[in-house]
Amino acid sequence: MSTSSNERSSPAALELIDVVKQYPGHPPVRALDSVSLRIDRGELVAIVGPSGSGKSTMLHVMGTLDRPTSGRVEIDGIELSQLSDRRLAAARARLIGFVFQQFFLLEGVTAVENVANGLLYSGASKSKRLGRAVTALSRVGLSHRLHHRPSALSGGERQRVAIARALVHDPAIILADEPTGNLDSTSSASVMELLFDLHREGRTIVVITHDRDMAAALPRQVAVRDGQLVVPDAALVGGGVR
Amino acid sequence: MSRQRKKPAAVSSPAPEESRRAGGRNLPPSRLGPLAVVGVASDGLRGRKLRTALSALGITIGIAAMVGVLGLSESSRADLQAQIAALGTNLLTVEPSSGFGGGDGALPAETAAKIGRIGPVDLVADTVTLDEAPRRNDLVSENETKGVTVVAADIDLLDTLKASVADGVWLDEATSAYQNVVLGSVAADRYGVTGLDDGAQLRIGDEWFTIIGVLDEFPLSEDLDRSVFIGKDAAASTFDVELNPSTIFVRTDPDQIDAVRGVLSSTADPESPDEVSISRPSDALEAQAAADNAFTALFLGLGAVALLVGGIGIANVMVIAVIERRNEIGLRRALGATRAHIRRQFLTEALLLSAIGGAAGVGLGVAVTYLYANYEGWTVVIPNVAIFGGFGAAIAIGAVAGLYPATRAARLAPTEALRA
Ligand SMILES: Nc1ncnc2c1ncn2[C@@H]1O[C@H](COP(=O)(O)OP(=O)(O)OP(=O)(O)O)[C@@H](O)[C@H]1O
Ligand SMILES: [Mg+2]
Repeated sequence: MSTSSNERSSPAALELIDVVKQYPGHPPVRALDSVSLRIDRGELVAIVGPSGSGKSTMLHVMGTLDRPTSGRVEIDGIELSQLSDRRLAAARARLIGFVFQQFFLLEGVTAVENVANGLLYSGASKSKRLGRAVTALSRVGLSHRLHHRPSALSGGERQRVAIARALVHDPAIILADEPTGNLDSTSSASVMELLFDLHREGRTIVVITHDRDMAAALPRQVAVRDGQLVVPDAALVGGGVR
Repeated sequence: MSRQRKKPAAVSSPAPEESRRAGGRNLPPSRLGPLAVVGVASDGLRGRKLRTALSALGITIGIAAMVGVLGLSESSRADLQAQIAALGTNLLTVEPSSGFGGGDGALPAETAAKIGRIGPVDLVADTVTLDEAPRRNDLVSENETKGVTVVAADIDLLDTLKASVADGVWLDEATSAYQNVVLGSVAADRYGVTGLDDGAQLRIGDEWFTIIGVLDEFPLSEDLDRSVFIGKDAAASTFDVELNPSTIFVRTDPDQIDAVRGVLSSTADPESPDEVSISRPSDALEAQAAADNAFTALFLGLGAVALLVGGIGIANVMVIAVIERRNEIGLRRALGATRAHIRRQFLTEALLLSAIGGAAGVGLGVAVTYLYANYEGWTVVIPNVAIFGGFGAAIAIGAVAGLYPATRAARLAPTEALRA
């Protein structure tokens, strides 16, 4: 339970402690079943598992988009499961960056404005938001696409815009749900390359993926099955075992 | 508590906010300032311009109808009131009418004099329409009279009708006995008479008449504007006619007008008073004003219906927007928006829509009022209540129409909204 956070000198980037997520129904669905997981700062973690195993549910609970039925969620040492809705929104605005399979860029506005939206709810002024958005876009290699609409960008470029939006507010952790799920292999590779770069810069990143080869390339894998963590298979996992 | 990042030199993102890490436990709340709300809402509208325009159009039409109706009715009322003031409410007209007795439809020549002896009558003047065609010169055939009639007029006509001379003089005791003529404003236009210095003449019957004056427009008497006036003595001596009055104008003491009206017909024609028709010209204007009011109410009602339909259109578009933009709502929640931020965004969108529609509607209503009032020759009067009330009504409708969709958007759970 709370013992794990005392084992280390500094708090984890993210910690799930005995997290249960149960959806009501007949019978109720236990999408997460007593999951405990610690992710340290600077880690790049793959979450793998078959469809319906609870990966997205886990990411939503990590990102406070959904509350666990029981258990604790901590980001950057802040206990989140008891916070009010408004405080959770604040946590998302400041601590978490999301990347989605469908990109979710706003069609009506340009790339730089989409990225600036990552700072929208932090209360920064418009010029500050845009300035940091430009920096973030050049970080993902898109300084030549600042004023393009999403419809004028390739799939890979769109996802890189979405990644820029996820890091523009300097979050404690970036959560990506199948970021390459809608991309061809070349674009996938460039997006993964970008995630590796960000990891090398010290970012903490969690990536859900279906792709076993891609997962194997990441420093650490967490396998999920039927809502529970699977003890990693030594043959599959490289150096990331804990 | 510094982060264990191994940052290379080329790191582009700013340094972590130390306050967040250090104190750590107090997260500053999510914020979305008023300016940012408007920005977000207008982004939403910019993304779907056609739909924005169409749904604002409903409000525009409703508001334009209301502003236009109020503006036009005020302008026309102001015009009618000016006409009534110019005409005076104490003017009566007496005309012969062929009643059921089958009379000859003529009033005796001395009728005006008899009416003048009624106590409260201040002024009286009669006109006799002659069956003559005035011509500018000999070469023109008699058929070409340009719709102008010759009227033998009492010298008191101008004072009785509160009319005025534009150029030259009106008939007096001396000039009305000879071949002199004064032109009504429209008649002067038709004959192309601009000045009087050249001693211009007009041929009436077989005689030349000297033009000695041109009149301004009569208040509410276009027939007289199309006439040329000669003295009654001149008419009697030049043409072989009985001077039976066609119309007698009576100006009375304003307090006694009903009393005068009661005795006018028996004074004018004691034997057959029902062959005399008495009217009060200002009554016609007041009836017109009353009829305008009825129309105003009708059109205001139609405008209100258009506005209601416009409001429903906005509500409809917003409900659809919330359904279609589920993903955007989920994304914004993921970016840190609170429920209140989402509600405010959609409410502001509805308000912007209705404000755009309302402003366009006020503009259109004012423009229509200007164009139509100018065409009618009215002074433009647009009541403030129409402008501010119209815009306010649009805003209120936007608020009501946006409330339900905005609340629905805010209630959406983030995970549900993010589902593809
Ligand atoms: N809102 C919900 N209500 C009921 N059951 C749900 C709900 N959301 C998810 N589930 C169930 O929870 C389980 C885990 O779902 P989840 O979306 O986390 O799977 P996943 O691992 O992300 O799958 P995939 O790889 O297909 O995306 C599934 O059985 C799913 O049907
Ligand atoms: Mg999933």
